[in-house]
Formats: sequence, C-alpha cells, structure tokens
Amino acid sequence: MSKIIKNLKQFSTSNDRFEGAHLLCPGCAHSIIVRELLNCTDDNLVIANATGCLEVCTAVYPHTSWDASWIHIGFENAATAASGAEAMYKTLKRKGRLKDPNKPVKFVAFGGDGATYDIGFQFLSGAVERGHDFTYICLDNEVYANTGGQRSSSTPRGASTTTTPAGRVSYGNKKYKKDMVAIMAAHGAPYVAQVAPNKWKDMVKKYQKALATKGPVYINAMSACTTEWKFPADKTIDISDMGTDSLVFPLYEIENGTKLTITYRPKNIVPVRDYLGVQGRFKHLFKKENEHVIEEMQKAVNEKWELLQRREEVGV
Amino acid sequence: MARKKEEGKVMAEKLELQDIEVWDGNMAFAQAMRQAQIDVVAAYPITPSTPTVHGYAKFLADGYIDGEFVLVESEHAAMSGCVGAAAAGGRVATATSSQGFALMIEVLYQASGMRLPIVLGLVNRALASPLNVNGDHSDMYLGRDAGWIMVDAFNAQEAYDLMLMGFKIGEDLSVRLPVMVNQDGFITSHTAQNVKPLSDDVAYNFIGEYKEVNPMLDFCKPVTYGAQTEEDWHFEFKARQQKALMDSSKVISSVFEEFKNLTNREYKAVESYLMDDAKVAIVALGSTVESAIQAAKDLRKNKGIKAGVVATRVIRPFPFEEVAEALQNVEAIATLDRSAPGGTLGMLFNEVSAALYQSKNRPVINNYIYGLGGRDMTQADIKEIYADIVKNAEAGKLVTPLQQFSGLRGPKLSFFNQEQIDE
Repeated sequence: MSKIIKNLKQFSTSNDRFEGAHLLCPGCAHSIIVRELLNCTDDNLVIANATGCLEVCTAVYPHTSWDASWIHIGFENAATAASGAEAMYKTLKRKGRLKDPNKPVKFVAFGGDGATYDIGFQFLSGAVERGHDFTYICLDNEVYANTGGQRSSSTPRGASTTTTPAGRVSYGNKKYKKDMVAIMAAHGAPYVAQVAPNKWKDMVKKYQKALATKGPVYINAMSACTTEWKFPADKTIDISDMGTDSLVFPLYEIENGTKLTITYRPKNIVPVRDYLGVQGRFKHLFKKENEHVIEEMQKAVNEKWELLQRREEVGV
Repeated sequence: MARKKEEGKVMAEKLELQDIEVWDGNMAFAQAMRQAQIDVVAAYPITPSTPTVHGYAKFLADGYIDGEFVLVESEHAAMSGCVGAAAAGGRVATATSSQGFALMIEVLYQASGMRLPIVLGLVNRALASPLNVNGDHSDMYLGRDAGWIMVDAFNAQEAYDLMLMGFKIGEDLSVRLPVMVNQDGFITSHTAQNVKPLSDDVAYNFIGEYKEVNPMLDFCKPVTYGAQTEEDWHFEFKARQQKALMDSSKVISSVFEEFKNLTNREYKAVESYLMDDAKVAIVALGSTVESAIQAAKDLRKNKGIKAGVVATRVIRPFPFEEVAEALQNVEAIATLDRSAPGGTLGMLFNEVSAALYQSKNRPVINNYIYGLGGRDMTQADIKEIYADIVKNAEAGKLVTPLQQFSGLRGPKLSFFNQEQIDE
C-alpha cells in the first residue's frame, strides 16, 4: 500500500525504515534515493543489496541501518537473491506457511552501476527474464566508488577515473555510457524508469508505480557522488538539478517495453558544458585540446533527447 | 505408478513406489528431493548432474512437487538464488557438477557463512582444462574448504539415502550448515541399479518439517543477512562456524543411527570393509570403494592377502579419530585420490597421514593419483596397488614411490621416489 506524502515537510519527517545512522559520505545521494523507497510504502519489504557503497555503509556488524529484512550476498547477485526470496515467498504463501499472509510483501534489490551495468548484468537479465515480482534500483553514480573510483560501463565519455585518468595524452574515459534503461525495456519488463533525487515527487511516484507493478521493474537512479564526481558535499541537489536540466539524465519511463513517457521537461535547458563545469571529474575537458569532447557530449545528449521525444510521440 | 492425494490439503500428489526400484544415481537424487518437499530449487543444467534436474522438472510437471523451481541463468545464480530463498526461510536444494560447481564456489562460502542449510547434490566430474565430462573428484576437492558438510555416496542407494539424511543433518537446529552430497559422475549417476526407497510419507516424516531460524519473511523481527565484519569480528564468526562444523559430527552420527533404525541400512563416518584382520588397506572415495572391495575379496581368496578397504563417508568434518582407529592395525596403506593434486600429495594422503601421525601405530602410507577425467580404475590396477603395499608392509618401510599415477598411459610417473628419500 502506497504511503501518501503531500509536501516536503511530510517527506522529511516520515517514519524511517532506513535509519539515519550509516557511514555514507556527507552529501551522498544514495541515502536520499534509498530512504524514499523505504518511505513510500507501508508494505513489508525484503531488500537485497549488492556489494558496494550502500552495502558497506549500512550493515557493518553489529550495526544495521535497515529496519526491514535485508540480505547481501555478493557484488553480482542482488537480483538473484531477490529472486530466491520471492520464490520462497510464493511457495510459503501457497503452502499456508506465512506468518502474516494478508500483508503484502515487496521485493527490492539495490545495486550500484558496477553491480548492475557490469558484474551483475547477467544476473539482472536472468531475473527480469524469469519475471520475478521485484523492483531493481540501480544507484547510478557512474563509477566504482566503493573500490576507489574506477571506470564502469556507466561512466560517461570524458570522465577522469582512477582507471581512465585524464593525462598528457588522454581526456579520460573514451566510451559512451551504456544505455541500461533501453536494455531493460528491451527485456519487456512491465515498468522501467529513470529517476533523480532532486525531483523527489517524480521519484516517489515512480517508486510507488514500481511497487504496484506485478513483475520485474528496473529503475535507474542518478546518484551524484561528491567523492568521485568531485563537487562540494552541500551541492548534491544542485548538481542533480543540472543533471536533469541539461538532459544528461532525462527523466522518463517505459511501460511494457514500448510506451515511453517523458516525466520531466526542463523549462530552461542547461548546456551540458555547465553541468560538466561544476565537477572535478570533467575539469580537464576545458583544456583547448579536449573541448571537442564537450561538443560531442552535447551532440549525444541532443540526439538522445530527440529520440526520447519522438518515441513518446509515436508511442513505441 | 498410482497417484494418491491427501484430502483437504494443498500439496503435491504422492508417488507410490515399489519396494525395489531401478534407478540411476541421478534419479535417486531427484526422488529424494521430491520426497523432501523442498520449498525452492534453483538450478542450472550441467552434465552429468542434469538428469537430477530433469527428473525433478518432470515430477513438477506431473504434479508431484509443490515448491518453486527457479530456472536460473548460471550455476552462480543457482546458488545465489538458493541463498536468497534459504534466508527467506524454507527448505532449499540444487544439484550441479564440475565447471558449474566451480562457478558457484563464491556463493558456497556465503551459504555456509550465513549458516543456511542448503542441500547440494554434487555429481562429481573433472574440471577443465582439457574439457572433460566424465567422473573424477576434482570438483569435490575444490569445495572442501567451503565450510560445508560433505558426504559421499558410493552407489545409487547411498545417493538416495544420503540426500534424505542431508536435509535432516543440515537443518538440525544445532547444525544449520549447508550439506553437499557427492556421487560419482556416470559410474553412479548414469548406471541403473536396484534402490530400496522409502515411501513418500516415511521419507518426509524422517526428514521432518523445515524449522525456521531468523527467516527474512518474518517481518515482526527484521533480519540483516550478510553484514560486513572486519578484523574486529570476522575471526569470531569463522571460529563459531568451524565449531558448528566440527560439532556436526555428533548430529551426523545420530541421524545415521536413526536411519539405520528405520531402514536397517547402516552408515558410519568412516566405512570399513574386510578390516577385522587386514594387514594392508586401500583408502578411497566414490564408486572406487566397491571396486576395491571386489579386488580385496579376490586377493584374500586367491592369494591369501589380508586386504581391506576404508572409505571416508563423511569428508567434512573430516573424521580424524575414526580414520586413525580404522587403520590402527594395518601395516601398509594406499590412499587413492581421484583429483590432480596440484603440486602436492593427494588430499586423502595428507589427511589420512595427519590422522595417523597422532596415533600410536604409524603404518607405511603412500599415495596414488588415478582415474582422472573418467579413466577406468580396473581390478588389475587395484590389485597392482595392493601388491605395492604388500611390499611396503613386508619391508616395514616405504619401498615404493610416495606418489604414483595409476592407470596412466606411457612411462610410469611417480614423485618422491624412495631412492631419493634414502639419499
């Protein structure tokens, strides 16, 4: 059952199942994204968590930040842990062995982009293909933050990371970010969406839609990382605003693999250059010899936005 | 096969079995898994364990299974799904072999670390490279430090019996550890043999209802599984896990005893055959145990050699005391390892030697690597090994190489030769 949150005051004082006591960096967007998922429903929750920042910062024995059933197995298999738990739930429900059979249970998996785009890709694909009733949320900070800022297949072109550092002859990461939302939609998942914590009403609405959906759901959540994106800890929401307003992170959803809806249209579109300019990971792009990367990125963002709009229009 | 359905209950239909069925080892696994009324099986196909999964799928299709059957996309996912399901709170099992087992290794450690009583039917097969689908014990040996209880079936009957007992042992409230039931690929898994099954009711009642411990689906008491511990707590967790594994030997014995009372079939942590007056003994695992018994009988009858066989039914926790006791009165021992030892002596050699080193009598002991990739272990091979250790027994010291490859084509291969040691 969805919890109704009308305003920011309610939003900020709502009862927490994700405790404030955790070890995430000040300014880390993960905690906002996760907290609102746990806050948006009164249903019982089973949460599977991939290895990563969220996991190491919220379950260091003998402490836990989770007032919900929670499991962490490995880096790659959060989707499968959720699959197994969901399968057990179905059996026990059928066999009449659940303690509270009338209260709905939701299964949620959290993984970073390393766990989702890379090492857990096959596991996520398998779980979605099998049609388990669960919601997978990727905390997409575009880098292996927990292991010290290495490139993942979600890292944008031009970002300097510890494995693709900008240098005398390199502008950093050469590859374009993998389009995970499109890939998950192509699985025919009933609901796929991209969210950002600065647009909290949009995020919570999508969460509630996700939890109400029967079958597998994929949500890609932009998670600004103060440590690896290199911006001041009090600028998380500002940076996120620039991410959504520059359309580097467009907010949209896809139902049943095809029905695409754009859920946020910025009134004033911010140039990609401005979004890059406030992050240390892109600092080197502003050297003369690297300026072409900024232009290329703007072009890619424009093309993607055009594509999304056309798909929405045509309904495919 | 007649069907019976219990009235008023939503549950799987029962199968009526003959007193004696003709099953191969895979069918023995599948039938025991059906009778255990498992709540979740997550599985992925791999030769030679695939027919276990096929058999289970057919039972499901015919209405004899009421649990969930999750067809995952890899063995790593199979064990990951099992861990998620077991932590949610219910009976869980899977089956695999070889490369699949190697792929799930990471999660085996997590299953035992989280103290989840998952049962794994491991149909033993060689590990690549070179690729090989046949039976040896490379996969079994690969898992031996994973913190699982490991038992070994030497034939299809034992595969059935041990699979049933595996649930009861692992799920015991004082144990709560995963259990690996081994059988030889093809020789056991694909050879039809007579098996005496229990009826569905008797089998299920023997295992008993699943007992939940900290299930994730009990929302009155949310639990955190798989937390992080560093140098402050990790050691204590691992120590407790080792204690639970070592202490499980008592439960294993009592489940063996209970099973004997029910079926008149006796199991021991260490099995001894023809050992009352034996002077030389072979220590082995898997289907080779029955071959060695046959060879020992022949040698006793035709050559007057007092040959015996000792086999470790329970591989983990390793029954050190029972092994030493079983081999106390022999003069020479051959340990037979069906796994490439990777630059040392075979596992059975090392562990049997360690057990005997602590005892009063220290028989002469050597090591044979045999049967890799499914190479047959013939009666002639086994008799040659007995002939070797008769020489060791007569000399009262090692006069053969410490490690030899048995059944290998081409020139003989041995390591730690006696002449070198004497020098």
